[in-house]
Amino acid sequence: MKYLNTISAIVRKDVLHELKSREIVVSMLLFSVLTVVVFSFIFEPGSQFKNEVVGGILWMSFVFAGILGLNKSMMSEVTGGNFSALLLAPVDRSAIFFGKAVSNFIFIAMVEIFTIPLFMVLYNVNIFAYGAMPVVIFFLGTYGFAILGTLFSIISVNTRTREVMLPLLLLPIIVPIILSSVQALNIYILGHDPADASKWLQLLAAFDAIFTVVVFAVFDFIVED
Amino acid sequence: MSETLVEFKKVNKKYGHIHALRDVSVSLNKGEFVSVFGPNGAGKSTFLKLLCTMTPPTSGQILYENTPLNKLQDSFRSRFGVISHLPFLYSELTALENLRFYARMYDVQNIDERIKVLLEKVELYKRRNDKVRGYSRGMLQRLSITRALLHDPEIVVLDEPYTGLDTHASDILTRILMELFGEQKTIVMVTHNMKQGYDAASRLAIIKGGQLVFNEEKAKISVQEFDERYIEAVSR
Repeated sequence: MKYLNTISAIVRKDVLHELKSREIVVSMLLFSVLTVVVFSFIFEPGSQFKNEVVGGILWMSFVFAGILGLNKSMMSEVTGGNFSALLLAPVDRSAIFFGKAVSNFIFIAMVEIFTIPLFMVLYNVNIFAYGAMPVVIFFLGTYGFAILGTLFSIISVNTRTREVMLPLLLLPIIVPIILSSVQALNIYILGHDPADASKWLQLLAAFDAIFTVVVFAVFDFIVED
Repeated sequence: MSETLVEFKKVNKKYGHIHALRDVSVSLNKGEFVSVFGPNGAGKSTFLKLLCTMTPPTSGQILYENTPLNKLQDSFRSRFGVISHLPFLYSELTALENLRFYARMYDVQNIDERIKVLLEKVELYKRRNDKVRGYSRGMLQRLSITRALLHDPEIVVLDEPYTGLDTHASDILTRILMELFGEQKTIVMVTHNMKQGYDAASRLAIIKGGQLVFNEEKAKISVQEFDERYIEAVSR
């Protein structure tokens, strides 16, 4: 119970901080919307190949906007030494990590909620034509991204080149999450048999589970110095 | 005989190739006020980080009431209250929101009542709904004191707490520290201010080059003698 209370306290604080500062979601949303809009100009109306790549464009906009937000999210912790104060609290340190990861998940999900309808209009695709299963893809993909992104933002935030360091560390590791998410989403965009998406979803869920367990096990060692 | 609260046994701390603390052995007794002096980069802040479990030693052992650090539960950290030259506060939140957050993290009971008592003590109750972003350095440090004392810690650790404080904030800090000392709290303060550090302490320590080069009860040394010892220690 104490573990969940800690996560809840951090999420409440982060959401309150964001409601007041509007630094993270607004900048992520602007970046994400701009990416989707700019890339929409490269396809001619009725283009045959459009549907094969737009899933990748959507996830690319989430990943790069997310990286922007992750940097800002961790900056609010290191400014004024707040992250040190969190580590001094008499709580399981992994609960601090998961609190930050849940906050980041919420912020990225907010961006997705606004970007996806715009994406569907601009690219003339209905990703929910076969049901609500793509919601599960977005959920699992965003969860994996938030877990790994939070971990690497904690590692990179104390380096001088944090804006460069985060994508350098994160992007190679996150390939399985992005790949699974894009492939699963493409099945719904291209109108293939939704059953084909299950193997990608299983892979996505497996990576999410592995990364969650690994972070849970190593977080104490990462922050101890 | 005083009860030993924390004991360092041949503690070393390395950050990469930097040897921040070398073979430090020292005991902190319950109810003591220890002022730690030393030049910049001497290892004072590392000593405090090790003391409040923020970082583990590279070698050696730190015992808390005879229990090694690695055998302690996370809840043990509630026995420390840390006041640093950094405020540990969220600038976009109000004083009240900051304190409520930390109170939840420390599982403090009767949160609002406790916050009210402490904010009145540091003369910030009227400004409780103001964003921390608009606070002066002195106000930030007073709020930081409130944050550190929310959970009524047994050991108060201060890292250069007087840095940048005006006279008023400095007086409030001194008054609170004396109250805590009177309540038999153990206080460890790193400071560059010889007068404030000497006046407040019951024991004096000097760290230089990562080594503890002086550790004596204040009653055994006058301020002039200590000044001489300090100059001798740091110029060696």
